[in-house]
Parts: sequence; structure tokens; C-alpha cells
Amino acid sequence: MLGYITRRLFILLLSLFVAAIVLFVLLRLLPGDPANALVGVGATPEQIAAAREQLGSDQPLGVQFLTYLRDLAAFDLGNSFVTRGSILEEISRRLSVTLPLTFAAFFLALVIAVPLGILAAVKADRWYGLLLSIVSQAGIAVPVFWLGILLVYEFSLTLRWLPSGGFPLRGYADPGPAIRAMVLPVLTIAIVMSASLMRYVRASTLDVLDSDFLRTARALGESRAEALMRHGIRNASVPVISVLAIELATAFLGAVVVEQVFSLPGMGSMLLLGIQQRDYPSIQGVLIVTTLLVLLTGFLADLLQRLLDPRLRQGARR
Amino acid sequence: MLTPTRHPNRRPLHSGAVKAALGAISALALSASATFAQDYNPDAVINIGSLYEPQNLDNTAGAGQGINEAFNGNVYEGLFVLTDAGHVEPRLVDSYEISDDQLTYTFTLKEGVTFHSGDPLTAADVKNSIERVTAEGSASSRKRTLANIETIETPDDRTVVITLSSPSISLPYNLSYVWIVNDDAGDITASADGTGPYTLQEWRRGSALAMVPFEDYWGEAPSNGGVMFQYFTDATAQNNALLTGAVDIITSVQSPDALSLFTDNPDFTVAEGASTTKELLAYNDRVAPFDNVEVRAALARAVDNEKLLQAIWGDYGTLIGSFVPPTDPWYVDLTDVNAYDPESARQMLADAGYPDGFSFTLDTPDYDPHPVVAQFVQNELAKVGVDVKINIITANEWYTKIYQAQDFEATLQEHVNHRDIVFYGNPDFYWGYNNPEVVELIAGAERASSVEEQTEMLTEANKIIAQDAASMWLYLYPQIVVSKSNVTGYPVNGLNAQFFVSDIQKAD
Repeated sequence: MLGYITRRLFILLLSLFVAAIVLFVLLRLLPGDPANALVGVGATPEQIAAAREQLGSDQPLGVQFLTYLRDLAAFDLGNSFVTRGSILEEISRRLSVTLPLTFAAFFLALVIAVPLGILAAVKADRWYGLLLSIVSQAGIAVPVFWLGILLVYEFSLTLRWLPSGGFPLRGYADPGPAIRAMVLPVLTIAIVMSASLMRYVRASTLDVLDSDFLRTARALGESRAEALMRHGIRNASVPVISVLAIELATAFLGAVVVEQVFSLPGMGSMLLLGIQQRDYPSIQGVLIVTTLLVLLTGFLADLLQRLLDPRLRQGARR
Repeated sequence: MLTPTRHPNRRPLHSGAVKAALGAISALALSASATFAQDYNPDAVINIGSLYEPQNLDNTAGAGQGINEAFNGNVYEGLFVLTDAGHVEPRLVDSYEISDDQLTYTFTLKEGVTFHSGDPLTAADVKNSIERVTAEGSASSRKRTLANIETIETPDDRTVVITLSSPSISLPYNLSYVWIVNDDAGDITASADGTGPYTLQEWRRGSALAMVPFEDYWGEAPSNGGVMFQYFTDATAQNNALLTGAVDIITSVQSPDALSLFTDNPDFTVAEGASTTKELLAYNDRVAPFDNVEVRAALARAVDNEKLLQAIWGDYGTLIGSFVPPTDPWYVDLTDVNAYDPESARQMLADAGYPDGFSFTLDTPDYDPHPVVAQFVQNELAKVGVDVKINIITANEWYTKIYQAQDFEATLQEHVNHRDIVFYGNPDFYWGYNNPEVVELIAGAERASSVEEQTEMLTEANKIIAQDAASMWLYLYPQIVVSKSNVTGYPVNGLNAQFFVSDIQKAD
């Protein structure tokens, strides 16, 4: 297991390194000079040159790349071209919005999708089983931003129960308003995510229901529910977990759209702003941290799968 | 400042039908600032929704227009102020004298003014504040207009003597953009120390900026208990916030569709002020056939601006017939010059040697309203035989290809600034308009000995550029502020993106 973890960690770091190179190259391929964006229309050539020097964009690409890697290794994401503030600080502030949003949505989606998915599988021949699969199928087709707008219309504009967007100035120091501000965004992501999760849970459960071991367990006198609880869930969860990791990563990225709809000060709006302003350090910072989080999620999911499924562990030993 | 804004972070502004121009505007301003019979709550915090979050808090460090909206006249003050009605008035200056050669300005500062940190305002602060703007690394849009300042001397704590290299009647106007910052404040990209009626309380990037009244303010105390700017990245989210009562005012309405939510609703007031944002089709006047006045005039006559404005803004917005909006002192209604007349357009094109028309490429920024405007212009010009090829470009390409390299035939752009007719006096400007008479008038106006003389000369220049059809001026954006109906006293014109909050009142 330890060897596996080490190997897996090495792959993670390698992926991160490759991602860093790709990012660096892609950003330099973008048309336009960040120095222009910094000094604005009407700047003299001298001002632009001064801005280039300040940003380091007058250096040869090789030098820029080495500086970039060195800073990255020290986890120094630099300062924003635009705000002049530390990117790492800004990202941690932004993560305090995006991470709770993602995780809350993820767990809510699980709470909705797992029981309903199992129910849809077990009762696949009943009308409500069928209805559940139809609903989840339809749910997958719903665009996140559209659902967000719909929820705002109903719960903010019509019923006036919840704010339509924004986040309190003091953040979680104002817990009431902060939590209220998160309700609709979390619901938006959770509903869409649960629709697709439900389909995986249902499919996986159906596979298990058809399996020989479950039939054997029934033959040994266990009821269907007992057999499912004792043997089925664990088996069914293995394929679902790899999907979960992808879903979690998707939810994190989906937050970009949802944050826009609800004007939340998270990673998504930071990325969009950064792109608009050609703020390379911001874009790089957000994407590197996002990549790291996504890779970590995959890593943890792999570990979890091995813990749950002894066959995988043995496979590794052989 | 030179400037079209370059990306969606722009500010659309506006004015109503060209009523009796300024008269109508001040009437509107009055109506919005009139105190209603109902009592207001002096402690109420006013929540303002805005799409223009500052990038940082220093207007010489590329903070964007949002910083002017939040801070000009609120947290920081200048020696002069450009009022919402477009007048330049002394603010931190008690009195000033101009030498006979108009090269030396001697300013006496107001007494008893202190910064938020408690330090008194001194001449040294003023000198340093002006030098912050003109400094090497400054990204201030005002830098160029202050380039003719030769020396700044401070004979005593209350006297500032500015010597110019050439006369500049606009100096007080240009100084209205210069924040007077406490010399000891250091880096102000994330903090503030001004003399204004409000102190910065807190700024959370991506979310909101709060300010509270400054207790030792030298002037009249604010009519409210503080202000919170809440920033939105999405216009719909901003409108929703007003509808649900999360904000009291939104500083500009982006689209006419959204207006229907608020008009005819007694809970809201829709205030229409005068904008300075001009939508225009700029030809490259250096290249044929746009170097020919007759061709430009013909194209101006071929496009029905009224129909265009109606299509985009419904009943809002204004036609002005040139580049000068009603809040500039040199405004005259020039809509009759080269007015819509497709018949004469065809004739003029034939006279100019293009009986079968011609074809040109229109570089069109990819954000609203330009693509729609481009299609409209394309249709209109097709009717007189001119073939328009629409080339969609990004804001950044606009800047490098058109503004810097001047490599284009024609382009669309919105120019946001007050008093920017001066661009037509610069033959090197991207559109390359070069009429020596106008160049001389505009340069001469700056050397004028009185505001009246300046106004007269610039009015004349305005008329000439209209006759020359220097560009195709399509329309003036509307400037619309929407508030809850229990909120009054806010500025409606928002000149140069300023939004003075001190007089805003809110009834319980």
C-alpha cells in the first residue's frame, strides 16, 4: 500500500508539473500584452516599457519560465498585476467561498442521489422507480445557470425567502447572511449533480442486484434488503466512487458558472476577472490551485477504492 | 483621458431626448435630489449596486473606473470638483489667482481640513498628490493632461504655486481628477487616507466596499449613516438585488430589457440623466475613400440613427449629431447636419466618384452593443451600394490593431469621457482626423484667457467636425439610475463615472 501511495504521489506531482508547463505556454500564446492592460489606453511607449519591466514580461521566455517554476516550487504564486496584492492570500479568501460551496453541494447531492438511486434500481419495475429514472435523466439535461436563475426567480423574487446573490462584506463573521447567501447556489449545484449521480448509483445497484453473490446470499436465506445492505452496497460503491471524484471536480469547476449567477466572490469570478484583465499571475494561480485540488481528489478516490475493494489491493501486490 | 473603454467593464451612460439640453438635465437632477415630504433616516446605510468593482484602491495604479465611482468626492477630494451638472467648482481650494501670462496659478487651500488619519491638509500633500499622478510609473488617465506642469512650489503650508509651460484654461478641470492624498499614507492600493466626507471602512474584493461618515469632515456632514457598494459581475444579479431589496440603488442600467422591471412600478424610481458615452463609427480618415469629406458625409446621411437608437434603447438615449454631449459646455444640437437622407447620400457618393459604392471592413468589438450596431450599419449602407464587411475583434485586438497600430478602415467604439472633443485636435489620434482649422481651434481654446472664449472656440470646432463628418456619431447612450422610491438625493448624470453619495437620503 505504501509503495502504491508513493508511486501515486509521484504521478500527482508529475501531472502538476506538466500542467504548470501547459499553463505557462498557453498564457503566453494569448494575444495581447498584459502591460497594455495594466497601463490602459493612452499610455506612452515609455509607460508600456516601464510596465513590462515591472511585470517581467520584457524578460526572455526561458528566464520567465525558470522564475515561474522557482516561485511555484516555493508555493509563491506572486502578486496580481492588477490589485498588486498577494495571489495566494486572494485565493485562500476565495476558496473560503468556493470550497464550502462545492462540498456542501456535493454532500447534499449524495444525500439525494444515493437513496433515490438505490430505490430507482430496487423498484425499477414500479412506476415510481421509472419516474425517478425519468426525472434524473431530465435533470442531467438541465444547464446549471438556468436552474440557478429559476431558483432565484422562485425563492428570491417571488417568495422573498432568500437573497438573490451577493455575499456579506464580513463573510462568515456574519454567519446568518453568509449561510443564507449559500443556500441557493448550493441547491443549484446539488440538484444538477444529484441527477447524474443518481443514474450511476442506479446502474451500479442494478449490476449488483443481478450478481451471483447476491443470489447466493438470498439463497442462504437473507432477505433482499439484508443482502443488499451486507454485500451489495459495498460492491456497488466501488465504481460509484471513481465517478464521485470526477463529479466533485466537475462541481468545483461548475462553481465558476454558479458564482457568476449569484455574484459570489469565489475562485470562478477570480478566474474570469483575471482573464478579462490579462492578469497572468491570477489566472496561473487559480488554475494551478484548481489543478492541484482536482488531482488530489482523484488521488484520494483511488485510495478509497483500494480500501473498499480488497481485490484491487491484491492486484497491486501481485 | 483618451478613451474608449476597452472591455465589458465599461460604463454606459446617458441622456434623455435632447430636451432643452442642460436645462432639462438640471431639472432632472433636481427632481431626483428633491427631498420628499417624508422624513429620512440620517442613520440609514445606503446599499448601492454596481457592476464596476475597483481592481485596487489607487486611481494611479490601474484601478479602473470603479474607483472613481466609489471614491471621487466621497473618500477623496480634489482641489476642484466636477459637479454632477458638469460645472467645475473649487473644493479644497479656498481661492486662487492666475498670473497675467496665464502660466502661474496660485492656490490658497481651505483652512481646517484634515485627513481621515487626523493629519492636517498641507501644501506638501497637494504637491505630492499631483506628482503621484504625473509620476513615471503612474497609470492615471489624467497624466497626459497635466504634462504641461513645470513646477509646483509650496511657499507655505496653505499655498501651492503651479507654473505651466503653456497656458491651460482646463487646469482646474484637470485638477478635479487629482485626489488629494495624505503624503504619509504610503501605498494606497488597499487602504485610503483622504479628506472626503467618508472614510473607507472595509473592502472585500469580489463582494463589497463599505464606507462610514468621517466625523471631522470640514464640510457638510453626509445625509446618511454610511454607504455600501455591492459589486455584481452580472447585470441580472444586480437587478434582482434591487428587486429583492438587497440594494437601494443601482448605478447604471445595462439594458433596456431590464428597465421594464422597474418602470411603472411605484416601488422604484427610474432617473434618467445625461450621459457622456458616445457610440460612434470611427473611420480611418487617413485612408481612401474616408479621406474624402463628401464620402464621409454621404455615409452619415445613409444611416438612420434614430431607428438604430430606438432598436437598441427604445425610448431612451439621445441623438447629438456630433461628439459633444449636452453636459460639455460647447454642446450644440447638430443633428441637422448631415441628417438622415439616403437620396442625397447616393447622389453625394456618385459626385465623389463612387456611383456604384465601394466596400470596406468594419472592425467590430465583440461585446454589446457593437455587433448589433455593425449589422444595422451594414444594412443601411447596403441600401446606398456600400458593402460593409464585419470583422469581429476582441477588446484587446481593438487596442493593439486600431488604437496603437492604426491599421484599420473603420471601427465601432464607445467613448465614455466628458470633454473629449480634444481628440479631434490631435491628428495622430487613432482616427487620424486632420483639419488644421480644428487643430488650431482646439489648441487655441486651451490657451484661452477665459472660459467664455474657450467655450466659443470649442463650439466652433464642434460645428466644423460635424460639417466634416469626421466620424459617424451614432447616438449618445442613456444614463439611467434606478432606486427604491424611498431613496433620493443621488447623482443622475454620473459624469466621468463619479457617484457622489453624500446627499443620498433614505426614508424608513
